[in-house]
Amino acid sequence: MAGASAKQVLFEPIFSNNPIALQILGICSALAVTTSMSVSIVMCLAVIAVTSFSSLAVSLVRAQIPGSIRIIVQMTIIASLVIVVDQILKAYAYEISKQLSVFVGLIITNCIVMGRAEGFAMTNPPLLSFLDGIGNGLGYSIILLFVAFFRELLGAGSLFGITLLPTVNDGGWYVTNGLLLLPPSAFFIIGLGIWALRAWKPEQVEEADYKMSRHTVKEAF
Amino acid sequence: MEHYLSLLMKAIFVENMALAFFLGMCTFLAISKKIEAATGLGIAVVVVLTVTVPVNNLLYNGILREGALEWAGLPNVDLSFLGLLTYIGVIAAIVQIMEMVLDKYIPALYSALGVFLPLITVNCAIMGASLFMVERDYTFGESVVYGFGAGVGWALAIIALAGIREKLKYSDVPNGLRGLGITFITVGLMSLGFMSFSGISL
Repeated sequence: MAGASAKQVLFEPIFSNNPIALQILGICSALAVTTSMSVSIVMCLAVIAVTSFSSLAVSLVRAQIPGSIRIIVQMTIIASLVIVVDQILKAYAYEISKQLSVFVGLIITNCIVMGRAEGFAMTNPPLLSFLDGIGNGLGYSIILLFVAFFRELLGAGSLFGITLLPTVNDGGWYVTNGLLLLPPSAFFIIGLGIWALRAWKPEQVEEADYKMSRHTVKEAF
Repeated sequence: MEHYLSLLMKAIFVENMALAFFLGMCTFLAISKKIEAATGLGIAVVVVLTVTVPVNNLLYNGILREGALEWAGLPNVDLSFLGLLTYIGVIAAIVQIMEMVLDKYIPALYSALGVFLPLITVNCAIMGASLFMVERDYTFGESVVYGFGAGVGWALAIIALAGIREKLKYSDVPNGLRGLGITFITVGLMSLGFMSFSGISL
């Protein structure tokens, strides 16, 4: 990917090479925060900030890092950035930071951040790495917002806390689907989302491990 | 004693790391194609969690917490913002030490675990358990039980998923769902099953 253009680096991870849908990275801390749109947006911004700046920082010092301790160096850079984000959230958006609870801290172990630092920023110049970080952060955000959209709209009848479908409890007509507020629904939505994405871009379909042979009738002799 | 038992049950079933909190998902999905591999990884996670959570608990209560440095004449120092950096350092160090100890004394287990040991450093379940321990203010005894329980719960979930996926590969799945998509839906159904434990109160 040495000669990749900036545009390619920025937009490729959003659909064609999505970190969640294709590379199976960073699902860990993502799903639990998708019950409402506003919380997920904050989470997305936090992840984009950490991914882009950690890629930038790792790329700036990439020539100085000895190969044997590079993981620790990357970890330290990422952890420091996450601490900054965590403190900012606690100072300016205390309510939301309470809802995110441990998941802000878990950005450290989010494989996207580490994966981009190791896989891209170590071999590419700073500006390109920065864009790559933003692109992958956006790819992650798209999935997160997609899941949150369905979960909040169908589960609670609202978006960003504003009621769109008046629920039966408040005298409206919409019967809320309680399942969508529970953990399992996130898995279903992502599974179906991946199906939709692959129906649109068939080259992402995985090879089958096992092919069933055709059913043939043989004469017994 | 009863208190510890109920905490253990809660950590294994009700608040299952993988299925209720989505922690450790990356490795959970990537390394659940074969039962043997999943078992090896599961055991490694149990061991690492049982060690790291209590160690982080000691560090938090002894050094980082507000007022914990009173013995050193610094009663107003609050180092809890350094928590994240400390926990990840401890986890990385312990995984590294365990790797060396196993290599020297139990080579059979070391070769069985193989590449999974270093992978554990970036497993969110480990980090998550430490953060939950801090958030819920567990004592040292509770943190040992919680670490062990969280590990067992995670191992149980990954081994069960591996079992399902081994059978699943013989089924005729629609093209777009093959691989990752159907795995997500399977995990969703498993998670639905585990929710039935939430009614249990010990």
